[in-house]
Amino acid sequence: MAFEALQDKFSKVIKKLKGQSRLTESNMDEMLKEVRIALLEADVNYKVVKEFINKVKEKALGEKVFDKLNPSEMVIKIVRDELVELLGSDHCEINYNKNKPTIIMLVGLQGSGKTTTAAKLANLMKNKLKKKVLLAAGDIYRPAAIDQLAQLASSIQVDLVNLGTKVNPVEISKKAKEKAYNDHYDVLIIDTAGRLQIDEPLMQELSDIKKEISPDEILLLTDAMAGQDSVNVAKKFNETLGLTGVVMSKMDGDSRGGAALSIAHVTGVPIKFIGVGEKISDLDIFYPDRMAERILGMGDILSLVDKVTENIDEKEAKKGINKFVSGKFTLDDMLHQMKQIQKLGSLGSLLKFIPGAPKVSSDQLSKAEKEMKDFEVIINSMTKEEREHPEILKNSRKCRIAKGSGKTNADINRVLKRYESMKEMMKKMKGMGKNGAIPKNFKGF
Amino acid sequence: MGLFKFLKEKFKKKEKEEVSESSESIKSEETKKEEASLEKYNKGLEKSRKNFSNKLEELTKRYQEVNEEYFSELEEILIEADCGVSFTLNILEDLLKYSKEKKITSPKEINELLVDRMFLNYIKEGDDIKNEISFDVTPQVLIMVGVNGVGKTTTIAKLAKHYIDEHKKVLLVAADTFRAGAKEQLVVWADRLGIDIVTGEENEDPASVTYKGVSKGQKDNADLIIVDTAGRLQNKKNLMEELKKIVKVIEKLINRSPECFLVIDATTGQNGVLQAAAFKDLINITGIVITKMDGTSKGGIILAIREELGIPVRFIGLGEKFDDLEEFDLDKYLYGLCSGLIKDE
Repeated sequence: MAFEALQDKFSKVIKKLKGQSRLTESNMDEMLKEVRIALLEADVNYKVVKEFINKVKEKALGEKVFDKLNPSEMVIKIVRDELVELLGSDHCEINYNKNKPTIIMLVGLQGSGKTTTAAKLANLMKNKLKKKVLLAAGDIYRPAAIDQLAQLASSIQVDLVNLGTKVNPVEISKKAKEKAYNDHYDVLIIDTAGRLQIDEPLMQELSDIKKEISPDEILLLTDAMAGQDSVNVAKKFNETLGLTGVVMSKMDGDSRGGAALSIAHVTGVPIKFIGVGEKISDLDIFYPDRMAERILGMGDILSLVDKVTENIDEKEAKKGINKFVSGKFTLDDMLHQMKQIQKLGSLGSLLKFIPGAPKVSSDQLSKAEKEMKDFEVIINSMTKEEREHPEILKNSRKCRIAKGSGKTNADINRVLKRYESMKEMMKKMKGMGKNGAIPKNFKGF
Repeated sequence: MGLFKFLKEKFKKKEKEEVSESSESIKSEETKKEEASLEKYNKGLEKSRKNFSNKLEELTKRYQEVNEEYFSELEEILIEADCGVSFTLNILEDLLKYSKEKKITSPKEINELLVDRMFLNYIKEGDDIKNEISFDVTPQVLIMVGVNGVGKTTTIAKLAKHYIDEHKKVLLVAADTFRAGAKEQLVVWADRLGIDIVTGEENEDPASVTYKGVSKGQKDNADLIIVDTAGRLQNKKNLMEELKKIVKVIEKLINRSPECFLVIDATTGQNGVLQAAAFKDLINITGIVITKMDGTSKGGIILAIREELGIPVRFIGLGEKFDDLEEFDLDKYLYGLCSGLIKDE
């Protein structure tokens, strides 16, 4: 995820400092220089960096870090706290109206991810918050933008106001609001066309929409890869419309996402969501404190916990544990476990949440992910009996499975070996289970 | 002669010529086209200029002679243009050294040197760049790649228009079978342009759509086949492998490498270099198209990409209209970005 590289840089600085027992003004300057370069390379705006560094230095001097027992950690703490403050001190969620529809408008430059995010937001609110959601297609300019939203809306089974490209966006928004009120929707999400912040007529159009429907939330989409100019964009959109939040898209890339810091600092508008992948469920709530800790290499256990509880079907998980305990553990069960884990997202994105997790190259990761897929193909090529009683698998059966799955006998042996080792572990767990303590996390992969 | 002086001469001469030519009141088709193109650069880069050369100009007014503060202000201007930290620091170091050695203290002179230094490396390696696509062997295949939301599909429409105007037979291939509405978007453009398009089913293997498309282009004697691909972040390994497969399919069909343009959004920050490096690592990128240059971004990332990876910019998107895509011309680009400095005297 973004911020990763920044995290690397800070770790280096921290290491450098840890080697020194005493902090002097000159080696603090050294560290701040590193911090500065890291922030600039992360696309944090030049002026924002300048202010940030000055603030950290001021605070460090004010708190007399030189006298402290562990001064370098004090500086790190100050950097962290300042980062959290820069990113917005609280995590801000959408405020929902109680007795009337909550209206959300998405705005931003071309290609920042508005249409995709509109659908992701709708999906999140519908499934996680059980809201009745209505989408409105207000991008009449980009060819097939409405088609795009229509396809996404139907895939998540959310209603869409689609008046085509001949009706102007102000009118579309008005009609959508009427429908949201009449049909008692909880949330209305309006997609608008991408535009440059300096395009006066199109910015006026947004103002007109705002005036007409007075939305509760106006969210600006920003690309995590955005450079120095993102502050100008955010500033102008904020001046024209009074933004209530920012959504940062494409955070699953390897950009450092410094724009998040810049925008939060320059506009004071909180970042509310981040887009973390191409799937419709790949939208997360933004937590500034967690993000800042991640920048500093402290990992993000809380985010991981959320992700696990959200994606793992509790019943399924319990069933798995029961199987473990009762001793009936089949290849099907193993596949099931693997799928549960896959639901969490890519292994790579998971590992990044864990502080101190071994550094795994993207090569290794994709290898592990490919292995999971291979396992699935192989197990699916077995008969029900074979899956329940893997011990009957002899050479002729293996040859048949290899043919059917397009793999080799060695691949099949690898699956069986993994199965055996999981079963072995299961036995150990059974022993623990007797004492009534079933470990929450059983490692198998 | 430095690049900056050369430019100044060139465009001053042009202005003089214009005066004398207008008295003849007949201009050749060629000159008219040239002027229109220069005007597009000038207009498209208007907002970028405000933040770049106007700031440089303003600096020269505030400082009698250069000092440390002056250089730190230069640093700010360069970094805010997305030139990147290392690129910027390298340049400033050179300038500082030079100004000390030659005892140059005039801000104006330093600024001229700065412009020289910024674009010198670009030219040094770029003498043999031919922006236009070659049609020596047809059908020529062009594949457009890039991360999500940079403007690939729109740029394809503009490029198609560009070559239709040159009486080429263009075929579009919608190999983005992933993003909802991507196919429909390209179909709308094909209709407006009145050209053929090959499409696939939703989630069909893009390599198979590409195969169908290129085969059809070969059968129909198309001059240019443009393949649209899904946006992909360069750290997504599977998607990058998919791209490699698409290129392989094309190579098999036409027995040579296709033209391969990487589309980069001008608002992109330092990640642009990583993008270019990752795509280049995988397939043979033959050029960059930089889009959305009509905003306030300076697109300084193209300089870092050129310096670090040697990939040249071939086309530049200067506005939203169909014909707002121009062949990249460094002189015009510089003129558009720095005309204030050039005209100043």
